[in-house]
Amino acid sequence: MAAVKTGAEVAGNRIAIVAVLIITLIFLAPIYWIIATSFKPRNLSTTIPPTIVFTPEISPFVKLFTKRSQLREQPTQEQLDAAPWWERIVLEGGEKVVRDGKGNVQWSAYPNRFMNSLIVAITSTVLAVGMGTITAYGFSRFKVKGEADLLFFILSTRMLPPVVVAIPMFLMYRAVGLNDTHWGLILLYTAFNLSFAVWLMKGFIDEIPKEYEEAALVDGYTRMQAFFKIVIPEAATGIAATAVFCFITAWNEYAFALIMTNRRAQTAPPFIPSQVGSGLPDWTVIAAGTFLFLLPVAIFTFLLRNHLLRGMSFGAIRK
Amino acid sequence: MTQIELSGVQKWFGAVQVIKDLNLKIEDNEFIVLLGQSGCGKTTTLRAVAGLETIDEGDILIDGKAVQHLKAADRDIAMVFQSFSLYPHMTVYENIAFPLRATRMNRADTDKSVREVAKVLRITDLLDRRPSALSGGDMQRVAIGRALVRRPKAMLMDEPIGALDAKLREEMRAEIKRLHVKQGSTTIYVTHDQIEAMSLADRIVIMHEGVLQQVGSPEEVYQHPQNLFVAQFVGSPVMNVANASVSESAGKASVTAEGATQGFPFPNELLAKLNGSAGKPLSLGIRPEGVIVAHEAADGFVPAVAHIIEPLGSYDIVDLKFGEHMLRARTRSGFVAGPGAQVFARLDPTQTHFFDAASGQSLGVRL
Ligand SMILES: Nc1ncnc2c1ncn2[C@@H]1O[C@H](COP(=O)(O)OP(=O)(O)OP(=O)(O)O)[C@@H](O)[C@H]1O
Ligand SMILES: [Mg+2]
Repeated sequence: MAAVKTGAEVAGNRIAIVAVLIITLIFLAPIYWIIATSFKPRNLSTTIPPTIVFTPEISPFVKLFTKRSQLREQPTQEQLDAAPWWERIVLEGGEKVVRDGKGNVQWSAYPNRFMNSLIVAITSTVLAVGMGTITAYGFSRFKVKGEADLLFFILSTRMLPPVVVAIPMFLMYRAVGLNDTHWGLILLYTAFNLSFAVWLMKGFIDEIPKEYEEAALVDGYTRMQAFFKIVIPEAATGIAATAVFCFITAWNEYAFALIMTNRRAQTAPPFIPSQVGSGLPDWTVIAAGTFLFLLPVAIFTFLLRNHLLRGMSFGAIRK
Repeated sequence: MTQIELSGVQKWFGAVQVIKDLNLKIEDNEFIVLLGQSGCGKTTTLRAVAGLETIDEGDILIDGKAVQHLKAADRDIAMVFQSFSLYPHMTVYENIAFPLRATRMNRADTDKSVREVAKVLRITDLLDRRPSALSGGDMQRVAIGRALVRRPKAMLMDEPIGALDAKLREEMRAEIKRLHVKQGSTTIYVTHDQIEAMSLADRIVIMHEGVLQQVGSPEEVYQHPQNLFVAQFVGSPVMNVANASVSESAGKASVTAEGATQGFPFPNELLAKLNGSAGKPLSLGIRPEGVIVAHEAADGFVPAVAHIIEPLGSYDIVDLKFGEHMLRARTRSGFVAGPGAQVFARLDPTQTHFFDAASGQSLGVRL
């Protein structure tokens, strides 16, 4: 569609494009800052004005994954020569990598917290989307007594800010031994995301003509088979969109994770700031941790981008 | 060999009764068309036969066996829906093969059946396409293919070509007829288009507000409508209907429509045939082709003024005014010069129908 445009409209468009570019840059600035810092040598990370040009290093990542302790004196040349490249980086920074009695390198807590985040976010997303889809299908296709009230009730579980219930939840969790467990967080995030998943999926499933399943029923399939062979593939776009939303919510959740977990099941969001302990924090390491933490959501969203674009228009361009 | 019988079927949606005591027997290989206005319960009837809708009372028998409690999957019936009949996430091939996969037919046989059906429907070159890349006509061809492929006991079609444009509808109509002649299967076809019904049906079932009005061959329902609804629903242009009175003066019978200044002469035997009913309020029905128009006054012709002329190509429909009364006549194209022209008309007694004005039932009087 090439509509006729006047000179003024063309100029207007150009201005709009420039404005969009500037706004985008402003929004991307913190991300740039995090990524840049995570590749800086420590001494350049807090300069004023900020250092823009520098030789990127991967020392922050090495430090991120290892447990280190402060060196009291400068490392000797022998020590440097004997160390593998990654350990040398740490030594040059005035720290040494902690090893256990057998000489095995001690990992930092970060990989573990990162894994916790993955486990909790993925499991709760699968559960919320799965149960949400089935629930939404029920609401969409069958006459449910008090349907409007039930749907409102489901939505109403989202109306209270989560922190309001955090303390009572903590007490309940402690009583049943769910605090600082993966299942505890998974349960919490699933419950939290479920209402959202039900509402979103109901919208998507309502868009799928019921004739599709009816045709399958007449063709000799059971309702279950029709659900899996017809409804699920047809709702793929909606499922992807819902999954991305649920995953982002679970991945980024901070308040509950901070209160409910401290070691075993602690996720990355409460862990990352906890590194800013006493003394001078190494901002490059924190930036590296933050940068890696941003990746899964970015990758997940990127992989599902086609579905998402279609999903966001809520069926407007289906068919 | 498949017979379908509906016996005393009743269906309510909440407080609304959608099917009222429906009785119908469909013979093996018969092509039955359910015809009626929007909302009269055609789709509901079809869905009840398919097993997509439960019925509240009565029996649905397939080959003598009551099936109203069987699931759709267990009735061995295929259905073509008006729209949304193809799965967008599958290719044409997969769409057609889908019903066979439910029967766990092996790969080679499935392939053979799919290709056979595709050949019959002339869609072989479309097999790899997605439904979104098909024209409306091809989509419905594929949908019919999917219904045929399983060789079901019966085919149900719910306005399968209702969404297509007029020209394509005509083409597909011929195609469906050809297929039925070739494949022969008991078919129930739903439409609100009476031309489609007339051209396809072995027998037409006319429904109105959930009540069966008449069942008969196209010729029967056209020539012998049992009531005013059928008379006016079947046939295009619509039959003229007017309240009328039959009178006799000087030994000659005549029929005067309400508001007309002059009666139309009729053969005297009408009086005998009407005998008891002559006094009751009557409705006179006559199709436009039964109104004969002439330029010159002649015996039996009544003067009239042309009011509106609709040229339809091969013929014209002319609205004639007899005083206050209006009749539509069908003439050769260009026969009447223009609005306001003075013409003369008579009614062809063999094409007139008489109905009881109160009940709308045909009096069964034909000349
Ligand atoms: N699921 C339903 N719940 C309530 N009422 C319904 C339902 N399905 C159909 N109806 C009503 O039943 C009546 C008959 O519907 P049906 O779909 O059988 O009509 P139809 O003859 O197929 O009409 P059309 O030509 O418009 O398709 C209509 O008044 C409709 O509103
Ligand atoms: Mg219908």
